[in-house]
Amino acid sequence: MTDATTAGGDKIRCDACPVMCYIKPGAAGACDRYANHDGELVRVDPHIVLERTVSHGGRLVPFQAGGDWDGKLVHEPSVFVTAIGAGTTYPDYKPAPFIVSSEIDGVDMVTVVTEGIFSYCGVKVKIDTDRYLGPETATVRAQGEAIGHVTTSEYGSQMLSLGGVHHLTGGSKKEGRVTCDALMDLSNCKPVELTIDGGATVVVQAGYPPIVNGVAEERMRVGCGSATIGMFAKQWHGKVDEVVVVDDHITGVLSEHQAGKLLDIPDTGIKMKGRRSTPGRYFQVADPGTGWGGTNISDPLSVLGPFNPKEARPGLTMLMVSTTGEHAAYYELDDALRPVEKPMPPDLRFSVERIQENCEPALCTVLFMGGAGGSLRAGVTDNPVRLTRSVKDALTRVTSGGAPVYVWPGGGITFMVDVTQMPAGAFGYVPTPALVAPIEFTLRLSDYAALGGHMDHVRPLASLRDNTELRPMPYIPGRQA
Amino acid sequence: MTRLPQIGLLPDGKRLHLQDGPIDLVIEANGAEGDVRAAYQAAARRFTGLLDELCRELVELRRPAELARCTLKGVVARRMHAAVAPFAAEQFITPMAAVAGSVAEEILGAMLDAARLQRAYVNNGGDIALHLTGGAQFAIGLMDRPDRHGLMRTIDIEADDPARGIATSGRHGRSFSLGIADAVTVLARTASQADAAATIIANAVDLPGHPAIARCPAHDLQPDSDLGARLVTRDVGAIGASEVDEALRAGASRARQLLAAGLIEGAALRLLGETVEVGAKGIGTQALPALNGSAAERAMHV
Repeated sequence: MTDATTAGGDKIRCDACPVMCYIKPGAAGACDRYANHDGELVRVDPHIVLERTVSHGGRLVPFQAGGDWDGKLVHEPSVFVTAIGAGTTYPDYKPAPFIVSSEIDGVDMVTVVTEGIFSYCGVKVKIDTDRYLGPETATVRAQGEAIGHVTTSEYGSQMLSLGGVHHLTGGSKKEGRVTCDALMDLSNCKPVELTIDGGATVVVQAGYPPIVNGVAEERMRVGCGSATIGMFAKQWHGKVDEVVVVDDHITGVLSEHQAGKLLDIPDTGIKMKGRRSTPGRYFQVADPGTGWGGTNISDPLSVLGPFNPKEARPGLTMLMVSTTGEHAAYYELDDALRPVEKPMPPDLRFSVERIQENCEPALCTVLFMGGAGGSLRAGVTDNPVRLTRSVKDALTRVTSGGAPVYVWPGGGITFMVDVTQMPAGAFGYVPTPALVAPIEFTLRLSDYAALGGHMDHVRPLASLRDNTELRPMPYIPGRQA
Repeated sequence: MTRLPQIGLLPDGKRLHLQDGPIDLVIEANGAEGDVRAAYQAAARRFTGLLDELCRELVELRRPAELARCTLKGVVARRMHAAVAPFAAEQFITPMAAVAGSVAEEILGAMLDAARLQRAYVNNGGDIALHLTGGAQFAIGLMDRPDRHGLMRTIDIEADDPARGIATSGRHGRSFSLGIADAVTVLARTASQADAAATIIANAVDLPGHPAIARCPAHDLQPDSDLGARLVTRDVGAIGASEVDEALRAGASRARQLLAAGLIEGAALRLLGETVEVGAKGIGTQALPALNGSAAERAMHV
């Protein structure tokens, strides 16, 4: 085993070879094989053996390509060979670079490891925010080039659909290159600035909060305005006469809401703007924006009409709060039945904090989506459709960089994978442009033979130990290996 | 314990892989079976200890080369010096700029001393020494960017072409670049000459002082870099199409000087999707069929 000596400051000196590089933290030596990871010398070679216990304890398998191999790895079912760095050719007429077999619990397993070139691929981005990012179907741009579009809003999140064959190869050369770069960076968990036509500029990085127009988002809303009323009605009961939860989607009003009715909360004479959906639930109280509850308002009273003097009375109390608890104000009606802002009583302040507490941290999540529909499969078997059937029959497990994938039902092998579950730097590109992503098919050796596998290319897992391109997965906090 | 290089055949059973420290060689020889075996044995033999030999003179190899004087002793070190010497008078360069090509050349030489080969190459991380006889030829794939997969196009080199060395340099590779080129591929008579020239031309593809180009002192990144405090390119931000042309023109003009001086046979310069070729027949004329045009796009739908 190679050792490193601390050479003053934060550099370490590698003694793996006579070059004796000084290596700074986060940097690699001249060989690109050894690196300084938090003061420790680690191997960082192109081929990765993924050690599943890393996610549990952060323990690394020491690199042992030398003669003192103890063979243990072979029998540890937790060791998984990923496709990263396996290399690929296009079109995939040659057997996949590594077809690995390993003896695990008496079952001869085979992992077909290849890197797929995905020209039909893209990413689905989920951005946890109530802030208005832009209209549905609006074009999403990186560096001014169209790389995708805004799709549906989901609960508390805005979805973007980026990439795909249309932007990768259907537009100008520059559009394809920028799209490819953006997809690769997003997939490799790097930040990418996106601008949305008629909307916001948002910095998206998988596993981090979105930055909308320069402001980092903190929390998702706890629910829509109506749901918030339902969740907190009991806690407000007796402490305040009226509550309005301002929301871009459905603004809730406690006294009119079913939850208020069940608690016998009396009418307050409140008059809401917007379109009433069902009692106590209002659509479109304001336009979407980056103000209160994802609306464009900064003064919450602007969503109210005059109180009805038949029911309202001077001194009536009212809490207005957004769905994240980020904005809140407390009012009392004066003698003219006009709401006047007053300091918020502590127990109402507490309920606002409770809303905040129940809002989950806002994140960007990136799912890579690619289809292994055609020639990639031929690298795995001489009868490609059998691989597809085998995947559908759950005989073959598909993973991407060792991460679990969701295989979309229907034709072909279209899969989605959470890029934060994948090892760092898992994605590459070819100038087509298209993305290169790892994909592994794991199945029983007998099943592999049955589906027409390249049996003459199967290598025992032990044979990989002599491969100089083997590295343990560096442990990266926040990632699951 | 004596440190030995990694020696092994690649999974295809045909190519030899030698690795020691930062040196990674992929070697293929074509000829009679006995000759190929003898050549591979000679390569492994010569390779063993070669890194130690170089490291004994590493301090001097990292110093700027002097045109007139070479105090280096090792044969590879002296070859490195000879390759960079033509540039030493007018600009900063150390023999390290030619290390990869010089090693490739040395190993190929050892192979040819030991066996009769029709064709052979020693590829040292993209810096390649070639051997060609008779009707043999090589199809060389040019990389779009050295840090990524993918071919830009191919060039064919035949036995009667003068080029026996190919090298690629750019800001994405293992070594630092003072310029902004994504990749500069050079054909020259020898691999060591190609290596040095690729460095020089890649450094010349530049927009000095441009605000969108992030640079930092080389020794901030690698404390013992031979480039010392010189600013190396870290990132290239948004630059306009006319600026891409300007940078490529600067590089191409340097390449034409080297061509006229007989130091190179040709060069292909790549920056942000644009390519410029200088000299040598073949460069840029044969696009790789599988990666070119609409036929490729149809074929690429996996």
